[in-house]
Amino acid sequence: MPKVRQFTPVLAAIGAIALALSGCSGAGGGGGSGGGHTLNVLMVNNPQMVDLQKLTADNFTKQTGIKVNYTVLPENDVRDKISQEFSSQAGQYDVATISNYEVPFYAKNGWLYPLDDFVSKDSGFDQSDILKPMTESLTADDGKLYGEPFYGESSFLMYRKDVFAAKGLTVPDNPTWQQVADLAAKVDGAQPGMRGICLRGQPGWGEVMAPLTTVANTFGGTWFTKDWKAGLNSPQWTQATTFYVNLVRAHGEAGAPQSGFTECLNDLEQGKVAMWYDATSAAGSLEASDSPVTGKIGYAQAPVVQTKSSGWLYTWAWGIQKASKHSADAWKFVSWASGKDYENLVGTKLGWARVPAGKRTSLYANPAYQQAAAAFYKQTQEAISSADPRNPGVQPRPTIGIQFVDIPEFTDLGTQVSQAISSAIAGQLSVNAALTQGQQLAEKVAAKYQSK
Amino acid sequence: MSRKRPFDRDASSLGAAGGRAKSWKRPLDRDASSLGAAGGRVMSRRVNAFWGLVAWLVGIAFFLPVAWMVLTSFHSEADAGTNPPKFGASLTLDGYREFFGASTGASPWPPLINSATASIVSTLLVLLLAIPAAYALAIKPVRKWTDVLFFFLSTKMLPAVAGLLPVYLIAQKIGLLDNIWLMVILYTSMNLPIAVWMMHSFLAEVPVAILEAAAIDGARLPTIMRKVIVPVAAPGIAATALICFIFSWNEMLFARVLTGVVAGTAPVFLTSFVTSQGLFLAKVCAAATAISLPVLAAGFAAQDKLVQGLSLGAVK
Repeated sequence: MPKVRQFTPVLAAIGAIALALSGCSGAGGGGGSGGGHTLNVLMVNNPQMVDLQKLTADNFTKQTGIKVNYTVLPENDVRDKISQEFSSQAGQYDVATISNYEVPFYAKNGWLYPLDDFVSKDSGFDQSDILKPMTESLTADDGKLYGEPFYGESSFLMYRKDVFAAKGLTVPDNPTWQQVADLAAKVDGAQPGMRGICLRGQPGWGEVMAPLTTVANTFGGTWFTKDWKAGLNSPQWTQATTFYVNLVRAHGEAGAPQSGFTECLNDLEQGKVAMWYDATSAAGSLEASDSPVTGKIGYAQAPVVQTKSSGWLYTWAWGIQKASKHSADAWKFVSWASGKDYENLVGTKLGWARVPAGKRTSLYANPAYQQAAAAFYKQTQEAISSADPRNPGVQPRPTIGIQFVDIPEFTDLGTQVSQAISSAIAGQLSVNAALTQGQQLAEKVAAKYQSK
Repeated sequence: MSRKRPFDRDASSLGAAGGRAKSWKRPLDRDASSLGAAGGRVMSRRVNAFWGLVAWLVGIAFFLPVAWMVLTSFHSEADAGTNPPKFGASLTLDGYREFFGASTGASPWPPLINSATASIVSTLLVLLLAIPAAYALAIKPVRKWTDVLFFFLSTKMLPAVAGLLPVYLIAQKIGLLDNIWLMVILYTSMNLPIAVWMMHSFLAEVPVAILEAAAIDGARLPTIMRKVIVPVAAPGIAATALICFIFSWNEMLFARVLTGVVAGTAPVFLTSFVTSQGLFLAKVCAAATAISLPVLAAGFAAQDKLVQGLSLGAVK
């Protein structure tokens, strides 16, 4: 009796699997084949992508007959999902949003479809219209292009024109960090509860490490030298980090160790800081019609010390998975979404402020856009155009990347180091101790590449 | 004693906190009766009021985040994002419009149907497998039944995330990625050990005398199962089914990794409202409220049985 009964679950399990397999054929299976006229797109959930979802059916699908299924996820989730999908070449998704951080090493691993042939045959796309640093940062070491930007950004300095005018101060168009620190001290407390400057302090390779790495670059520091020697304990990094930490602690926003992009945006909008050094894409929110500071913000280039420019470079770009069975359809989608016509479509249908900007020269020459973005379009274009992803500092670099080092290990390394830096901003750790910790972590990563 | 009844009903009307509030009754009973009859009236009234207050506070503390979520879901994004929070902000249905795809055109129905399929089918399969298994372990114990029970439990000791990568790779190889039936199989196997343990403890409480009486009256095993065991163990079955349903409805880790375009479940869909640029609190609260409704409905439907079931014991 007992023995017979022990078999029942096994039989039932087999039944369940049989049921599942029959269900599989019934439901049409996964992956979505759909006769070659369906594309699966995996993308990050940013406002520009929400607009894209809205416009796809009536425009792209109508013109080409290709149906697009979108999967949208928040940034961290989408990175996990994309790396899992692409590393196993599962082929579920044809196109995904990948940033210029991932593109070069994804390409090196053979996970992406090279786009050069598509580009040369697609006369309407006009690759030469794409801002040069964008094309460069989406080109892998083999010289082939693996991504097309959807929108892009650099970093610059934003400040309250009215506050500075009331104090009789001016912010230079190309300030140095020392000038910015002096100005921060002077406008600190200009209004009740107003601090001098907002600088990110929140842990994360994409949070505090992004602005801090640009500061280190212009102070003459680098994460790694050309021959993979870690440089976090160099005098330049120490000087840069000390400067950054002291500036935030003396004249920075309240709650700095927890402040990231969103918090600083709020602080500037609500008059809690007079300046902010961050992404150029913030200008769109600051100048939006419902923003309390519309028209009050001035824009200057990223502050420098030893280099000519110091802005970072970031873009959400489209990459086509190597395992995709619909690469030709996928290119049609990429060409449409990153094309000039799509920018015009968003501009006329949804308003010029919502155009996925920061990638095409033609947009910055468009009078309608110039008018809508009058306060910041010139500074944004200059910031992106002057970014040099191959050579952002004073010494040759082992990989591409301004505010990051383009190796898969950097997300972990950057985040771990950022935790020590954030503690230093909170006053729990000295800058030297934070960088000593960081150096040890960086040396471990460097050792891997030295032996290659 | 009669005064206690309305208190019970009030407490359990708090929904999720109901089961918890009920358990506060136990010490109360003991306190009240240990005071004896004479002179204890005033005391017992005070003690009652005290425990009543505690029950209400605990109930409210558990319910507050849910109430906050529902309130926020009716606010505009700008009001939802302010600090300090605005209680009296004007109400709007925008969050729910977003949930139904107002600005993206993405319909919530496919993920909801996927979740319903995965949860209901897996719960039925679990019950189908767990009740006979629990019978074999509780009423007519097989040899070394404690070992068997612990074997079941040991399958839950492996952190789910450790099994994630192998499952992903196997699913990819056999072409079951992004297939809702894979989720049915996974949820069935994930919930089976819990269900067997729960059903075992419920069935262990079925008095052997009833079974013997039924057998003497000439009932065979299927009849005994249907007419004796199931009615006695019904609260336990309801509790088990509800727990399995809730676990699979809310499961996120596996669903996020293994589903994609067509088989995405409701919790994965919920995350798609989160963005790192811009406000999303009201939208997410609206989506979370909408997605919780089926579970709440199931909970209310099974409430009577559930309260009996959660106090673990069929004939207590």
